Amino acid sequence: MSTDRPDGISPSQTVGPFFHYGLTPGSAYPKVPVTVDGQVAAQGTPGERIVVTGRVFDGEGTPVPDAMIEIWQADAEGRYAHPADGRARASNSFMGFGRSDTLADGTYRFETIKPGRTPGLNGGEQAPHLLVAVFGRGMLKHLYTRIYFDGEPSNATDAILNLVPSDRRQTLIARREGSTYRLDIRLQGDGETVFFEI
Amino acid sequence: MTLEFPRKSTLAHPPSLHPSYTSTVLRAPKKPLIIVPHTLSELTGPVYGHDKVTETDSDLTRQHDGEPQGERIIVTGRVLDEDGRPVPNALVELWQANAAGRYVHSRDQHPAPLDPNFTGAGRYVTGEDGRYRFTTVKPGAYPWRNHHNAWRPAHIHFSVFGPSFLSRLVTQMYFPGDPLFPFDPIFNGIHDAKARERLISRFDLDTTVPEWALGYQFDIVLRGREATPMEEPHEH
Repeated sequence: MSTDRPDGISPSQTVGPFFHYGLTPGSAYPKVPVTVDGQVAAQGTPGERIVVTGRVFDGEGTPVPDAMIEIWQADAEGRYAHPADGRARASNSFMGFGRSDTLADGTYRFETIKPGRTPGLNGGEQAPHLLVAVFGRGMLKHLYTRIYFDGEPSNATDAILNLVPSDRRQTLIARREGSTYRLDIRLQGDGETVFFEI
Repeated sequence: MTLEFPRKSTLAHPPSLHPSYTSTVLRAPKKPLIIVPHTLSELTGPVYGHDKVTETDSDLTRQHDGEPQGERIIVTGRVLDEDGRPVPNALVELWQANAAGRYVHSRDQHPAPLDPNFTGAGRYVTGEDGRYRFTTVKPGAYPWRNHHNAWRPAHIHFSVFGPSFLSRLVTQMYFPGDPLFPFDPIFNGIHDAKARERLISRFDLDTTVPEWALGYQFDIVLRGREATPMEEPHEH
């Protein structure tokens, strides 16, 4: 153990409005070489290919054009690409992480695969879900939420979803339209998304 | 499952609603957050892009044909957890304005010059000692219209991936002695004065390279895993 124990953690600060060239450069800022974007799963990744999309709104229902959404998810068999998940992994390169900035109309978008069920509390299993972190101008700290999938029988027994009052659960369950799942994120006000402290 | 990451640590963060930073007013949730136990989902986190980080990613003065304008600086420090343990293999991303206080961002309208030799984005993956190191230029202050005569103190944005999704952190590094601190709602959104001070880098002569660049030390502290619970020895 080091002797210089810090007084506490570094406090969070907003990403501000001008994060794009640093965090989501895409092709707009070609001098920035390393990037990650909404293409979460390469072609050939095992699993059901899906699009997860929606819009981000503020407390007046105005689209938020300068937010950034990050997702973290398991593969189709419910395994995380991380050492803390010790289960044997098939040889695939699925990293399970994606980033999307929002467009002028607040739209975020990911192309990925539907995750499998993951280990939960007390030996149980969780329903398929994405972990979501929401960053943006006007957000001094990011907010955590989850995206679940409509039509999953295991939603009914998911321990985290069951912590959410039943009249707010729909803010976490993406609506299916073919291979697209759609869920809006409302930072405040009517239909406010459920955010988690983790 | 017992909690591996303490929750009280997060009290250092600013509240979501801080009205003097006007953009928070419509973007802060009104309903209380729901506290969730930590599952494998929260205790794992992404490892991406680490293998693609090259040497020039952390030297922002060598990313273009010429050298950027401004005061060259070295910013280094350690990524630690709150128990003082180094965090190895952490991806540290940063972005900043140029020396004139202008971002290369397409929507930045501040009428300060863009520098053709400066993008202002960099990356580093920490080693076993948790240390990172960037060469860059000192960013300028800039106006931001939050209120009359509003100027942001010079700062560098840092994005850090710790070992789990719950240790994800985006923060800002400030420079010592900045006269704009008392007037900045973003900096002052952190209510605890000691926590605010943790975002101010330290000028360090040992990091300074003679005839070449000033040096600053800035440690970034993430939530730490609690030690395995032990029965404390005690007397009855």
